[in-house]
Amino acid sequence: MANRSKVVELEHVVIRFAGDSGDGMQLTGNLFSDSTALAGNDFATFPDYPGEIRPPQGTVSGVSGFQVHFGHKPVHTTGDLCDVLVAMNPASIKANMRWLKPGTTIIFDVDSMNDKALEKAGYTTDPTQDDTLSQYKVVKAPITSMTLEALKDFGWDRKAMLKSKNMFALGIVMYLFNRDITMLNAYFNNKFKNKPDVIKANQTVVAAGYSYADTMEIFANTYRIEPANLAKGKYRDITGNVATAWGLMAAAERSGRQIFCGSYPITPATDILAELVKYKNLKVKAFQAEDEIAGICSSLGASFAGCLAVTTTSGPGLSLKSEALGLAVMTELPLVVVDVQRGGPSTGLPTKSEQSDLMQALYGRNGDAPLIVLAARSSADCFYSAYEAAKLAMEHMTPVILLTEGALGNGSEILRIPRVADLPAIVPPIAKDNEPGYQPYKRDEEKLSRMWAIPGTEGLRHRISGLEKANGSGNLSLDPKNHQLMTELREEKVQRVANFIPEQEIVGDPNADLLVVSWGGTYGVVLSVVEKMLEEGKSVAHAHFRHIMPLPKNTAKVLSGHKKILVCENNNGQFVNYLREKMPDFKYEQYNKIQGLPFLTAELENKFNDLLK
Amino acid sequence: MENTNLNNQVVNLTKEDFVCDQIVKWCPGCGDHAILKVLQDVFPQLGKRKEDICVVSGIGCSSRFPHYMNTYGFHSIHGRACAIATGVKLANPNLSVWIVSGDGDCTAIGGNHFIHAVRRNMDMNLLLFNNRIYGMTKGQFSPCTFRGTVTKTSPQGTYEDPFNVGELVIGAGGKFFARGVDVNTKELTDICLRAKNHDGMSVIEVLQNCMIFSNGVHENITGKDVRDDMQVKCEHGKPLIFGKERNKGLRLNGNKLEVVTIGENGITEKDILVHDEKEENTGIHMMLAHMMPPAFPVAIGVIRNVEAPTYDDCLTDVIERESAKSNIKTVDDLLNSGTTWDIK
Repeated sequence: MANRSKVVELEHVVIRFAGDSGDGMQLTGNLFSDSTALAGNDFATFPDYPGEIRPPQGTVSGVSGFQVHFGHKPVHTTGDLCDVLVAMNPASIKANMRWLKPGTTIIFDVDSMNDKALEKAGYTTDPTQDDTLSQYKVVKAPITSMTLEALKDFGWDRKAMLKSKNMFALGIVMYLFNRDITMLNAYFNNKFKNKPDVIKANQTVVAAGYSYADTMEIFANTYRIEPANLAKGKYRDITGNVATAWGLMAAAERSGRQIFCGSYPITPATDILAELVKYKNLKVKAFQAEDEIAGICSSLGASFAGCLAVTTTSGPGLSLKSEALGLAVMTELPLVVVDVQRGGPSTGLPTKSEQSDLMQALYGRNGDAPLIVLAARSSADCFYSAYEAAKLAMEHMTPVILLTEGALGNGSEILRIPRVADLPAIVPPIAKDNEPGYQPYKRDEEKLSRMWAIPGTEGLRHRISGLEKANGSGNLSLDPKNHQLMTELREEKVQRVANFIPEQEIVGDPNADLLVVSWGGTYGVVLSVVEKMLEEGKSVAHAHFRHIMPLPKNTAKVLSGHKKILVCENNNGQFVNYLREKMPDFKYEQYNKIQGLPFLTAELENKFNDLLK
Repeated sequence: MENTNLNNQVVNLTKEDFVCDQIVKWCPGCGDHAILKVLQDVFPQLGKRKEDICVVSGIGCSSRFPHYMNTYGFHSIHGRACAIATGVKLANPNLSVWIVSGDGDCTAIGGNHFIHAVRRNMDMNLLLFNNRIYGMTKGQFSPCTFRGTVTKTSPQGTYEDPFNVGELVIGAGGKFFARGVDVNTKELTDICLRAKNHDGMSVIEVLQNCMIFSNGVHENITGKDVRDDMQVKCEHGKPLIFGKERNKGLRLNGNKLEVVTIGENGITEKDILVHDEKEENTGIHMMLAHMMPPAFPVAIGVIRNVEAPTYDDCLTDVIERESAKSNIKTVDDLLNSGTTWDIK
């Protein structure tokens, strides 16, 4: 189909599909992102589900959203303010006002407007008639009635026909971005294999939406986003939670260990367990335990018995795992604990993202109980972070906490598919049958790690315990000097990990006036702003930390030579206080947002510019 | 003793193979010493290499056990032995896994892990040393302490009823429950071997005496003068007869058990209930587990022993089935499955 309107080139676009929970917005968003992939753009997506399972229909709390951020340039975030909002009912407008900016195009199903819908959405007057939406370009499309019209010859009842109205909206959006709607056919054919009439209906409605947008000339112009300059290779779309699961599985395969995951369902981490249980075909042993404590304890038992052991959780669950984490530190067994952080404390904001478990990860145990703490920076990076967490845990014989975030876990990004054989080798210090001179707490000279003598290994029977043990022999010991030695060794073992991780990178001038420091999931938004300001010639640089405990060896050097250091994080100042403790020679400014919402590029830009004045 | 392991290799092991070089630090006269000897007798008969046996414990006097057994062992944290052992067993189903716990460790802080391990029917063996007191923390009441008992934390006597371990296990869907007495080592050895032969979770409650904090708590069951009258040995297919004169028995009267005397009121051996450990219905097993002096003798031996699929076998089966039929054999296959696209 020819597109007759004027085509404008854009660098990147944020589009949000919003509708009632039953309107199929997740599918619409996914289909649009699939077509984005075929168009060769970089992209990231974020689903915004209601917290309730079956929220009241038509209300603001029942609005389900799916956002796609795509572009010609690298896309670092799932986007904040949107360029296009597809709103299937009045509540979808109301729920998303926060994400609009002057000039946002709102594609609105005008057929959904009636007194009852307005009332349910909490409007007293029609927002499309008063000045509520005066700053935006509102396209009032009769999506419902046009869908019914398009399917009138199918002989279906009204309810069945309305299931396709999301496809009409998709057709309009496909037109707006000059996409070829035939690229959707493969999906329809696959999804509705044995239902040719459903395939036909979806194709018909998408085409109707496309034609409607074209013939009615509802847009003054349409847009094209040139393919991104991505590295050659095969790509896929992946959520952070799936990437975490797959990264761990890759580490198991590369190390020759079976993976065991003992976990308990908790939002927003559950999807990692739900992903791992699928792969019995790859010999993944995933165990849904009776509680968080059994989750980590079963994993620790599996670690003793020779598995790459993993447990997944979120903040409150990590609290419950504290005691067993101490046991993992004491027994010096490898264990990966994934904490998909959410708003806290206590039950907090279960469906919202935060970075507020850092102190708990670093210090939340009795005794001096050091362990490795890593943080993933994006959804796709969860794959590599999880892989590295498993590598460090097994090679250094220590628990590792991997911090991700709800937004990373649920959000998706494109991943250039790696080959497992190309990932760094993982060589756990496994003791062999009748290993000469084996002692349970004899240590590697470089790493200070002990050996992994797995039950079943001939001649190496030994007992481990949460009690203090003599260095070397591993016999129970109350000797005062031994306890001091073991405490220091456990600390030193973790500190020496710094010799085995990459140096801290810095983006921009290493002596820039302003160094912006971030960690975890704020990576994308901070980098986007810094890149923009660098293009404008501002004296700004960015250091994003993946390795938190221990810090990279060159951290002090990275922090040196700036007029100001600003630490941005979604908590009340945990990393900045950690840096104040570990790197006390520097003065730190801090920028904290604790609203269950990501940083907006505009607010960061304002803050950075203020500090540069 | 000569045995064969799973690979049909002959394994000649003796008690000495399982004696550890660590000094045993239980109080003199503690019932734990006797149980340690029992397990050192039992382990050579498991048909397993020493390396394929793992002893897991939590915290408490009983939980020191792994340090005294020359196998792989994990002395963990309070209450978590069942959860840790679950991971050990699932990681390597070839291991013979033995859990040693106490009434505090298992029915208080570890209650949740305990009932769920039982419910799942993990193929593990658990010895629960029941001395009805917290020994290691020096004498506080446990969930198994009798109502009214004066302890450090119940100076006016407790005002709560205890758990009956057998009822707890059977109520949680337990497939194997047995009860023994610490000093009756021959009997306890037989029970442990029965537990070993049972596929699935087996729980053995050992009535164990703490010399210091609950000395004599089982005396009304185990005392020389009373034991014949206050213990009934449960043997599959045999009538539940007990007493010094072997003239007492258990009879099912309506929906209740009662103690009757053979030779009185026309009662003969034929009236006595025959023990059926394999009965699926939990009713009679519950009643047997429930019996307590003075009205009833305590049931000793294997009370319940029914077959059911084990969790670990089920997991192994699903893994074998799924890996045989799937086209995805590696993580590379997985990464390249589903919707992908090429950038050239």
